[in-house]
Amino acid sequence: MMAMPQETSGAVQETYSIETHNLSLWYGDFQALHAVSVRIRSGLITSLIGPSGCGKTTLLRCLNRVNERYGNVTTTGDIRVLGKNIYDEDVSLVELRRCVGMVFQRPNPLPISIYENVVFGLRIHTPAAQLSRSVLDEAVETSLKEVLLWDAVKDKLKKRATGLQLEQQQKLCIARLMPLKPQVVLMDEPCSALDARGTEAIEDLMSILGKRFTIVIVTHNMAQARRASEECIYMYMGKIVEHGTTLDVFLRPRNKETENYVEGRYG
Amino acid sequence: MNWRRIGESAMESLIRLCGVSAVLFVFGILIFVFREGQDFMFNRLDFGEFFTQIAWRPTAEPPTYGALALISGTVGVTLVAMALAIPFGLGTAVFLSEFCSWRWKEALKITIELLAAIPSVVWGFIGITLMNELVIYITHVPVGVNVLNAGIILALMSVPIIVSIGEDALKAVPDGYREAAEALGATRWEVVYKVLFPAAKNGLLAAVLLGVGRAVGETMAVLMATGHSIRLIFDGQAPFFHPLYPGRTLTATIAAELGETSKGSDHYQVLFVIGLLLFVITFVINFSADLIVRGIRKE
Ligand SMILES: Nc1ncnc2c1ncn2[C@@H]1O[C@H](COP(=O)(O)OP(=O)(O)OP(=O)(O)O)[C@@H](O)[C@H]1O
Ligand SMILES: [Mg+2]
Repeated sequence: MMAMPQETSGAVQETYSIETHNLSLWYGDFQALHAVSVRIRSGLITSLIGPSGCGKTTLLRCLNRVNERYGNVTTTGDIRVLGKNIYDEDVSLVELRRCVGMVFQRPNPLPISIYENVVFGLRIHTPAAQLSRSVLDEAVETSLKEVLLWDAVKDKLKKRATGLQLEQQQKLCIARLMPLKPQVVLMDEPCSALDARGTEAIEDLMSILGKRFTIVIVTHNMAQARRASEECIYMYMGKIVEHGTTLDVFLRPRNKETENYVEGRYG
Repeated sequence: MNWRRIGESAMESLIRLCGVSAVLFVFGILIFVFREGQDFMFNRLDFGEFFTQIAWRPTAEPPTYGALALISGTVGVTLVAMALAIPFGLGTAVFLSEFCSWRWKEALKITIELLAAIPSVVWGFIGITLMNELVIYITHVPVGVNVLNAGIILALMSVPIIVSIGEDALKAVPDGYREAAEALGATRWEVVYKVLFPAAKNGLLAAVLLGVGRAVGETMAVLMATGHSIRLIFDGQAPFFHPLYPGRTLTATIAAELGETSKGSDHYQVLFVIGLLLFVITFVINFSADLIVRGIRKE
């Protein structure tokens, strides 16, 4: 098939969390994705790199159908997430978004309390009768501990989340996915609004959480892609140019364009 | 260069004057109203009677000045109006800003603005004719000009304010919040009541309070549609509140009677006392709104 990572001789059964087939997307008349076919492995961190405007965000936003919020989007082709075509009639958007969590470029905690931010998803996806105080408290504590935020905020859970520092906000945005137990987490330049320390904190977090989820991360930061990801996809002008292990893409790119980009000659 | 500097400072003083004049006007009006009524208020008005008695007979001999029925009329009409206008107005605001296609939105907004442009005497006219028939038809009361009628009319008059300010408040909520909530699996309804309402509560509250202000202060339409009879709308008998009684409001009383009084008479002065009371009511509404908004902000 098309742009695929080299198989390791089929000894291990490979599974893919996300598969797209001939995915094209238009914003009005403008085609942003051109027949993208890609398979993203389960349980790994895959980075998505490429010059500005090449369609990274667009591709990412297709995977939980959050692109459809814009009225002028047309999509063709298939997207399978966890083996299920997400455009099938019987797919519930609510359930899809529970399985596929998203972290945005700008931290976007909701303008409610820290506590309510963390349990926001739970309240939506679980009948109220099952959500006793203790269940909620427990979810808040474990989630915030998982993202290493608990100690910093445990005394101000009732405070507005929008008052936190940016780094803490972004951690909170990751924490609020935890109670939903997503299988896939999409991250769109999650560190671009943060300073070096914040970036490091989020990367540490990714390396811990990467063992539990499939993570797809868009980044402009080559060093970050190298450090944090196991597989890497290089996109250019709405097409996938190269997809392989991060080491291969950076050290032995098969494509001249990729080589130029990862070596920082343009983009 | 010099001319430019002079022009600039002239402009600045002019703008400052405009700003200060608002304060001057408010105080000027307050002082005027107070001055016209103060002699009677401090020397001859029995406040006990004013606030607890129903009998409003300023032209009888001897006159009685019980304003309780008028106060109950204002409160009752405002309650009915708000019970209808708040859900309807906020609902429309939510629909316009969140669920409506662009084309419909323009059409609806123009229509609603048109609603706001109808003069209040025309609303009163509608109250006497159309709404009268409608109230009689639905509730089988003999006379259809009553508190309910005026409340409905006032609701229709307050809705445009609530809609346009409410819609502005919702529009001002950053789209990132909606997106974040939807990406967590929230439906658009859940986004509205779990995210937008808390995020826009200041603006929505302001919308509601301005609507209340409009209802309390409106005169012409309620003068025509309430039935203008002095009667308590609230009493000890279930259901305690009787919107089907005809009533009369504070504002309508001033409008109806001021022209018939001679300047400086007790009757003339007591109407200014009512004006002062209306001043106090609106001041309390605005002030508490301010406190609420400030409290929310501090949180
Ligand atoms: N809502 C939209 N409407 C119209 N065009 C859009 C929209 N969003 C993105 N585009 C266009 O689609 C193309 C791909 O955009 P996209 O945001 O996916 O790029 P990107 O790779 O994420 O870029 P960046 O690195 O700057 O974030 C760009 O040319 C952009 O102008
Ligand atoms: Mg982007």
